[in-house]
Amino acid sequence: MRLSELPRGGKFGPFGGRYVPEILIPCLEELEEAYEKFREEEGFREELEGYLRDYAGRPTPLYFARNLTRYVGGAKIYLKREDLLHGGAHKINNALGQALLAKRMGKGRIIAETGAGQHGTACAIAGAVLGLKVEIYMGALDAERQRMNLFRMRLLGAEVHLVDSGSRTLKDAINEALRDWAEHVRTTHYLIGSVVGPHPYPMMVRDFQSVIGREIREQVWDAEGKLPDLLVACVGGGSNAMGTFYPFADDENVALLGVEAGGDGVRHSASLVRGEVGVLHGMRTYLLQDEWGQIRETHSIAPGLDYPGVGPEHALWRELGRAEYTTVTDEQALEAFALLSRLEGIIPALESAHAVYAALERAREMPREAVVVITLSGRGDKDLDIVLRATEARSRGATVPGGEDGLDRHH
Amino acid sequence: MGWTAITEAFRSLKGRGERALVAYLMGGDPDPSRSLEYLCAAAEGGADLLEVGIPFSDPVADGPTIQAAGLRALESGATTETVLEVVRGLKREYPVPLVLMGYYNPILRFGEGAFCTAAAECGVDGLIVPDLPPEEAAPLRDAAERVGLGLVFLATPETVGQRLDLILRHTRGFLYLVSRYGTTGERERLSREIPRLVGRVRERGGQVPIAVGFGISRPEHIRTVLEAGADGAVVGSRLVREVGKGAPPEALARLVRELKAATLP
Repeated sequence: MRLSELPRGGKFGPFGGRYVPEILIPCLEELEEAYEKFREEEGFREELEGYLRDYAGRPTPLYFARNLTRYVGGAKIYLKREDLLHGGAHKINNALGQALLAKRMGKGRIIAETGAGQHGTACAIAGAVLGLKVEIYMGALDAERQRMNLFRMRLLGAEVHLVDSGSRTLKDAINEALRDWAEHVRTTHYLIGSVVGPHPYPMMVRDFQSVIGREIREQVWDAEGKLPDLLVACVGGGSNAMGTFYPFADDENVALLGVEAGGDGVRHSASLVRGEVGVLHGMRTYLLQDEWGQIRETHSIAPGLDYPGVGPEHALWRELGRAEYTTVTDEQALEAFALLSRLEGIIPALESAHAVYAALERAREMPREAVVVITLSGRGDKDLDIVLRATEARSRGATVPGGEDGLDRHH
Repeated sequence: MGWTAITEAFRSLKGRGERALVAYLMGGDPDPSRSLEYLCAAAEGGADLLEVGIPFSDPVADGPTIQAAGLRALESGATTETVLEVVRGLKREYPVPLVLMGYYNPILRFGEGAFCTAAAECGVDGLIVPDLPPEEAAPLRDAAERVGLGLVFLATPETVGQRLDLILRHTRGFLYLVSRYGTTGERERLSREIPRLVGRVRERGGQVPIAVGFGISRPEHIRTVLEAGADGAVVGSRLVREVGKGAPPEALARLVRELKAATLP
């Protein structure tokens, strides 16, 4: 069977599924049915395409990064500019898709989780333009770290609930959103922001994000007359990566590289590279957990990668070797962040900077006619505070481990 | 022993004109040794069936009271294994039927077969796994059945028609009927839908004992649920709250006795 034909029965091989309290099952069935119906409907597709084009700014450019290519001295490097979308990240692709679906389903209230605030912002935007009531759950600790995003969501008309339970971060925001949904399942759509959660979310979010990979396919074909040799994207939950990879699922000559957060070398968020199989948030997948199956706290300098699980489709692709997964540390991501800003005049999100670092290392070893595409999932304006603090800490002499093997050393 | 002991308990209570009080406490809360004292107190107070939680970092079906209990237990160092030990200690003293209520990941991590064997060996009679619907439950159900443990499934206000039949077919020991939308936790009022819910299950479920839970905290709540035709009522957050404020075990036993009185003819 071809990979592109999954999921079957809500599963990607042994991964995925629907591990949720019984109260949510009928609603997930209803959502799956509605999605299967509307995805084929011309009116729905046209409306979504219209919003993506005229409101969000699709298609996004595929930019040949000449300076970066020259700097690396290997394969040609292209950047897929999801950072230019309205809201500053790829999250809007999915938020608009699901919000339109919610409207079709007659649900006037949307709830969502957010970690750093990017998905929350995208939902607030979609809710504002489509006239839906939006409530966002955000870990209290995350909210402290991302005050501007909190303000931005409220400005866009969303109500933000701070979550004080558990570790007070993204996973707890998801827990709280699931609890809210269990109470208001009749009137509310839960707009999950990544390729995670119970079926049909991993499939549905993948489909809405696959516009990224479909455009890459066409754009690389136009520019190079062939398919790309390597696609690189960062993986937290994995939505921009799966959106990039999925349209190439059956093209075995196109190599795929997902980049997880290696953190500070001790604490990290590398569920695929260093996790073990378990069940969380409705899905069977790779998780960061302790010997008793308690979910571990995670860390990354990139707030959007700071999640202890990962999408089940990535879990299968990892097992089958269809995609390769690696890690990049905080320090390496900061280095790529600075490099891309300086060389190309593009400030990437810290999440995307992980992909940039890993891609440059690969590109260096590849022939000059090879083509590498990096999905730049978001812009870095949101991260300036974090980067400034990290830079100041470094200049005070605090060392951040993991940076010994830096990019500059090769030159 | 095993799930037949649960069914038998419901049946013999009914024979006496009584119904079941199911008392929930979080295992290992606030720490393993005091947890054992509280569980003994609940048995002493006359609970007919004990439901013991296994703490988990991400309990999506629970409200704030039980979430806090889980955190207390985890912070005291409780693990799946210590909870099983607490149960073993309790069952040495009291022969009361007992089900464990735990989320799926810690069970999966322990190993489904190993977990069921260890649980049965400690005197557990059944399991409730709130994030494991019947479609995903085959491996655990098989492992449980091999050692006589009953896997108890939940029905909710959203569970109707064929889905209700499916759940009734799979559940062992009793059916846990969730009284309302949302998570566990105390409420002023019970849902007015309860008689209709119980009636719906009764109509399709025949003789399967029905215990109603979520939001039941007072004797009058219990009476309402039993008058609606349920075979038992589950009280959780109300009891866990006592543990949370450090009440002496005797106070918990007294509270259980008051609640139990509402199940007498």
